[in-house]
Formats: sequence, C-alpha cells, structure tokens
Amino acid sequence: MDISQILLELQALLSPRGVLHRPEDVLLYEYDGALDRAKPDFVVFPRTTADVQAVVRLANRANIPFMPRGAGTGLSGGAVPIEGGIVIVFTRMNRILQLDIPNLQAIVQPGVINLDITQAVASQGYYFVPDPSSQRACTIGGNVAENSGGPHCLAYGVTANHVLGLEVVLPDGEVVWLGGRTQDVPGYDLRGLFIGSEGTMGIVTQVVVRLTHVPETVKTVLAVFETIEDASNAVSDIIASGYIPAALEMMDNLAIQAVEASRSSGYPTDAGAVLLIDIEGFAEGIPEQLSHITAMCQQNHARTVHEAKTAQEREKLWSGRKGAFGAMGAISPSYYVQDGVIPRTRLPEVLRKIAAVSQKYGFRIANVFHAGDGNLHPLILFDERDPAQIRAVVKAGSEILQACVDAGGSISGEHGIGVEKREDMALLFGPEDLIAQRQVKEAFNPTGLCNPAKVLPIAKACYEVGARHRRLPNILKEEHDLSHLGDDPHGS
Amino acid sequence: MISEREIMMPVLKGEIGQSNFLAGVDRPDYDEMTRCTHCGMCLQFCPTYRVLGLEADSPRGRIYQMRAVAEGRALVDEDFAEHMYVCLACRACETACPAHLHYGSLVEAARGQIEARRSQPWGERLLRFLIFAQLFPYPARIRLLAGLMRLYQISGLRAFARFLPGRLARLEPMMPTLKGDFFPARDQVYPARGVKQYRVALFNGCIMPVAFGPSNAATVKVLTENGCEVVVPSAQTCCGAIDLHAGERDLGREVARRNIQAFERLNVDAVIINAAGCGVALKEYGDLLHEDPAFVARAQAFAAKVKDVNEFLANIGFRAPTAALPMRVTYQDPCHLVHGQNIRLQPRQLLQSIPGLELVEMAGADRCCGSAGIYNITQTDLSMEILDEKMEHVRRTGATAIVSANPGCMLQMQIGCRRAGIDAQVYHVVDLLAKAYNLEQSN
Repeated sequence: MDISQILLELQALLSPRGVLHRPEDVLLYEYDGALDRAKPDFVVFPRTTADVQAVVRLANRANIPFMPRGAGTGLSGGAVPIEGGIVIVFTRMNRILQLDIPNLQAIVQPGVINLDITQAVASQGYYFVPDPSSQRACTIGGNVAENSGGPHCLAYGVTANHVLGLEVVLPDGEVVWLGGRTQDVPGYDLRGLFIGSEGTMGIVTQVVVRLTHVPETVKTVLAVFETIEDASNAVSDIIASGYIPAALEMMDNLAIQAVEASRSSGYPTDAGAVLLIDIEGFAEGIPEQLSHITAMCQQNHARTVHEAKTAQEREKLWSGRKGAFGAMGAISPSYYVQDGVIPRTRLPEVLRKIAAVSQKYGFRIANVFHAGDGNLHPLILFDERDPAQIRAVVKAGSEILQACVDAGGSISGEHGIGVEKREDMALLFGPEDLIAQRQVKEAFNPTGLCNPAKVLPIAKACYEVGARHRRLPNILKEEHDLSHLGDDPHGS
Repeated sequence: MISEREIMMPVLKGEIGQSNFLAGVDRPDYDEMTRCTHCGMCLQFCPTYRVLGLEADSPRGRIYQMRAVAEGRALVDEDFAEHMYVCLACRACETACPAHLHYGSLVEAARGQIEARRSQPWGERLLRFLIFAQLFPYPARIRLLAGLMRLYQISGLRAFARFLPGRLARLEPMMPTLKGDFFPARDQVYPARGVKQYRVALFNGCIMPVAFGPSNAATVKVLTENGCEVVVPSAQTCCGAIDLHAGERDLGREVARRNIQAFERLNVDAVIINAAGCGVALKEYGDLLHEDPAFVARAQAFAAKVKDVNEFLANIGFRAPTAALPMRVTYQDPCHLVHGQNIRLQPRQLLQSIPGLELVEMAGADRCCGSAGIYNITQTDLSMEILDEKMEHVRRTGATAIVSANPGCMLQMQIGCRRAGIDAQVYHVVDLLAKAYNLEQSN
C-alpha cells in the first residue's frame, strides 16, 4: 500500500477533516512536553472506538507504526512518533459518557481532561484524585498510559489506584475490556499491567474511573527553610512519625526563583527551600496534625511555618508548584527534567550528588520534589539551540539517574520512560529482566507497530524486537520545497 | 553506564536554517518564543483550541509555527496566516502560562509579517487604507460616520436590511445601535468635586465616544467624584490597537507618536482609559516604539502613566457610593483587562461597593466572549459559537444586567442578548458607579 493509498483510506474512514497529512500540519505533532521531536506521516482524529479500531487495522495492513496522543503534555517523549506513521489524537473523544455517583465511578472517553472529571462532580462533593501538575491540560488517556501521579498521590495512590476498568483497542485491532466496574476482577490483573504501559500494549478508548469524596477540611501550610538539608530532614521526620500528609512537596532556591520570576506565588526568594504541605481530613483531627507537623518543621530549624488563610491563598501557593516546570522558561530557554525516585532518608546525599553533577557540567539545576514519596524532579537548565549543550545535558541527566539507582531508588516515578529514558532502563535492569519485559510487550504487540521505540532500550539490539515494520519514504515533503532543510527528519 | 542516546532535536538533525520572516519588518521575538517549553498548560485556556481541538489553533502550536518560520522550517503562507488570524488575541494563554510568555506581542508581530508580504487584491487594499489610515486616526471622521449610521438606523431603512447581499445581511444585525449621545474630546477640563487631589487626562478612544458616549461621561463623573480634575485633550487619536491586531504596525506606530505628543505636556498624574483593549495597546507603547530613538523614552514615560479606570480607582481608594442600586448583575471580564493587564478584582470591588447591587459570577467569566476586536466580523461563525456558550452561562446567573469594561465586549454582549433572547441591559462598570453617585446627589 503506498502512502497516497493510505491517505485516501484514512480520509474515507474519518472524513477529510479528520486527517492531517501536509508537512506544515503534521509538524505540530512532532513534540510533547519533553525534548525529542519526530514528525508523524498522518495525524487522525477519531470520534469512536470503531474509528480507532479501523485506523489500527489499516495501519496493520499497511505495516506502518501508529500511536495514541492526548494533550501532548507528557515529559518523556511518550507522544512523539519516533518512527513516523499515524498519530491518533483524542481531542474529539472528550466526552464524559456516564456519571454514577452512588457507585462512585464515571465512564469517560480518553480525551477527557483530568480536571474536567473533577469539575463535573465537584458540586456534588466528589473529585478524581490523581492530580498531575498538568491536570488542567492533560487527558485521562495519557494518565492511564503513564500511570500518572501528582502531589496528592502520597496519601491516595496513583492513577492505577483510581481506574477500575479500560476498553482497549489491542495492537491487532481487537477491542477488549480489561478490569471492569467492580473493585477486583478474578484472574490476572491485566488492567494493572496495562496502566503504565505507555501506549505500547494498545490504545485506551474508554476508562472507568473511581470518584472520591472531597475531604471535609483541607489546610495548606508553607514551611520556609534556610537550607535544603533542614527541609529534607523535616520531611523524613514527618513521614517517620507516621503522620502522612495528603501532599508534601519541596522546592529549592532556584525553583523558587523561577516561579517568583514569572509570577509571584508568595514564596520567599531568599529561602534555601520551601515545603508545601496539605493536611486533609475531618475538622476535629486537623489541629492536632497541624501542630504536630509544625513542630517537626520547627525542630528542623524552619524560618517560618505559615498556614494559608483563604482559599485564594491556598490556590496561589499551589499554582506556583503546579506551574514550576513551565516557569523555568522565565530563567532558561530549555530544561531537561528527571524523574528519579529514592528512599526519603537518602535525600541529602543524593542532593549533594546532583549538586556535583551541576558543577561538573556547568548547568544550573533546579529541584522540585514530591518529597513525601522520594520522587525527585531535578530540572537541568540549558539552551536547546546549542548542540553541545544538548549532548551534555543527556549525560548529566543519566548521571543523576545513576545516583538515584545507587541510592537504592529508580529512574522514574511518574513521567514514564518514553523515548527519553529508554536507554537508562539498563541502569536498573539486567539483560534477563529486559528480555522478560520484552516478552510481555510482545504478547500484546508482536509486530511492534504500536508505539515503537519506547520504554525498552534499543541501543543494545538484543533487547528489542527490532524494526520489522517499514518506514515510509518521506514523499509528502516534496509537496513543498523544503529541501534546504538538510537531513530527512524521518531518516534518523 | 551512561546514556549514549542522541536526543532527536531539530538542531541536531541539521534542520535549522535561515529565518523566513522578512527583515526590516518587526519580527516576532525569537528569544521570547524559545522560552515556550511546550508544556501545554495554555491549551484549555484557549477558546479556539477548546472549540477546534487542533494543535495549530492553540497558543503552543501558534508559537511553534512562528518558531518553525524563524528557523527556516516553515513559510509565512496562507495556512500560517489563517492560524494567526483564527487567534482571538484574548491573551488567556498569558494568564495560564507558567513562564508568563508575552504571547500577545508575538502574534501581533506575526500578523505584521503576514501583512508585509501579502499581495492583496486592490479592493481589499483600498478598504484597509480607508479604514486604518483614513478613518480610525481621525475622531471627527468617526463621528461623521457614526452620525450617518445613526441616520440610517432612525430612518426606518433597517427594515430593508434583509435585502442586503449575503455577507452584509449577516453582519448588519451586529451593527451597534447608536443613540447620538457622542462624547467628543474638545480640550474640556472638568473640575474635581471637593478637594482636588489628582490631575488626570481621559483617553477618549475611538469607539467609546460614539457607541458608548455616556460611559465616557460616567468615567469623568466617577473621577471628579473622587478628587480628580479631568482633562480631555483634543489632539489625541485612536490608540492603534485596531491597527496592531490587523498587522498594520507602521500605522500603529504613527498614531502612538501622535498620542504621546498629545498627552506628554499635560502634566497629569495619570492617563485614564476605560476601554481594556486600548489600555493594553497604550501600556505597550514602549515595546512598540523600542526601535525609535526619538520616541522610546517618551513612550515608556507615557505608558507608565496609563491606568485603566478600574485599576486607578481601586488604587487611590475610591469612595463607595451611599445610594442603593438594587439590581442583580453579572460581570464579563474583558480579556484585555484580566489577561492583558491582570486586572481581575478591581472592577468587582467597584461593583460590590454599590449598596443593594448583587454581583452573581457566571461560569467562565474570564473566558473570551468572541468579540475580540473585529473578530466577530472576520470570523463570524467561530465568534458566534463562542458567544452562544457564553450567553448560556449568563442566563444561568439570572442577572438583569451584564457589566463589562470594554466596548467590544459590551457590543458583543448586546448581540448575545439579542441572539439568546435574554432581556438584560449592558453596562460599563463606571456607568453603574456614576449612576449611584448621581442618585445619592438627587436624594
């Protein structure tokens, strides 16, 4: 099947308005929230599960890659079509299909925005718990793919803990349900396996999400510290004492500078670090928790411990944290964010290693953490217009991940491996582990057409299934004379 | 073992070439574009992305298209132009952006680039020349045209509007109903009531004095009521926003220079504007003229004095009226006030200071109403789709009056009420405040 034939068939399936193919149009699907860029050959906008199924079957017949995309806010290049092919965008499958509040669940299409679920049930006192910082923009389909977390996952768990069932189009086009509408389904937990598989085992087309009652009382506390060590020790003490706050976030001085440079959120710019702490529950229990946590901070030399007085102030404090990544744009043209996880008690030591990496490579590194669960987000600041810096920043990132693994941690907490940390998987897993993981993937995705070149390393050829599919010749490019651009972007 | 994978980025793939933006015309600021980390936080705040769901019609996608042009990976062609003009320039994305990028200036410069290379048919060129160069810079001509429109409206000819050819027939109902109570600038000076504490100048605008003359009078009223002496210089002209939004940057600069000259010798504490769209343009004169050595410092000094009337009154600690206005109102944030100037609380403070007035918030009050300057004329279908959703939110408040602070939004609200069959009056914030002051004095 040649490329014009594929185009005609896609247009017949989805109408011409449901397909993009011109170079200037598909260019805008070469990025997500991370660094890697690669252009698709086609971008399609299905409206139904049947549409998705038809596109997947067509891709199989044509033997070209295909992959899903939500809002493109991911932080590991998961939505970037590394090998071209068809990108299936879910912006037109964005309806909440059913709200079933008595049974605490909702059925939604994958293109529904995370926060829209909460907004749909807020007036009745419910919400959808997972709250990635991009929750105003990211889609539930993407959350399922990445098993996304967020500040409040410390107390309530990640996406996998709030999704009961999934309708999935498997890589061969078959439509199946994994999990269901009950809490636990007998047999293998394929729902659990699928959540976090980063679009390499199929494409989600419906999600049954769990709804949770909004806590009676929420208090937000900002604790300001002179040094990041003091703040780290306070985190360890709080968790060790058995009082688990709903959220426990840390930002270091450079992160504070970036946030305050773009728009003030009320963090003191001369602080060594701040902790942002949410305490939730029944009103009766709040004062005790509050005084306990305040004492733990003061015991570790907190400069101030301030409780937000109004809902507006709470929102302002949180908006700084939630916009922290994007705010790096105020102090640097680009950032490369890591997502390492470490045991909380090793925090001061790993931070010293991060500082050493910063020294060695000459990059400023801002640190934003989900401190409560030891999930680090070092943001390495660089300039993506300088090729030498791009090469160096990857090495610096890898050294930080190595430090996390050495401390007994892991290379990703919630952003996924995607393409960005694909090769870093070898820091954590030996060849046998990787072969076993590959076999699991191949059980679902034997042709490798579904979101290729993600999650598992391919630098060492023996781990990967190998590109059995073909790559399209980039003939579409000839429609416009862009030949002065140099390398064929698809011929990587 | 350290990663050896090469990140796939355009610069490493050898894709970066020379800029396809014209030299000698304002280019969208490349450094500003590269500050966009494509995090996507703007997406759901963009009215056109919410309706169309296309990356190309999102703020992130538009910046990426500009960047692709600047890096020689795309051209300034019809497609580029379409996406830049589908944008409402509402700047909601600026509020959403964690890095606080100045998207508005980028899209205005991109439109300038489009216009600089567009070879328009002579008819359109003539029309643009008449509107931008011969009409808007001359308040007297606008009054003349408005007078003719009013003549048409009271003559009974409107009944025959349905016989107008195609597009005109659709646009005719959007024509504002003019009452003839114009507010020309004639170098008049209004003394402060009581002790004079400030001397301020009123920026009269071009649409406000003909379509909402009483609102300009009300602006003078609330200012004099709060210790201000108000002057209205006659040498002022249109602020240039209409030129800048349409990519006519040189014309924009020309009127900017005229306005700076009209105001700089008045020795005033502030230049007061009651139209949000003009406020943004005036406050950005420093950027607009940054390459004009004779004017850049004067432009910055002028811009620093510009204050929206809501902002100014809240700053000086205005006097709350004592007379009651028992009414239920809802407030529509003008994009160029809330997103363009970060003025959100002040108009609400002014309204809530009026005894008896109940302010009911509509859902999504800070979302664009689809007016967006001349957008409702150039992109009528999309504009009306956005407006109809807005009016549903208005209806749910049960308000009998819609309050805003920008002529475009106020006209759009009037159109919306007619379309949705909602019986509500449309006011500027200062209309109600002035009404309350007048009432207390007649009591």
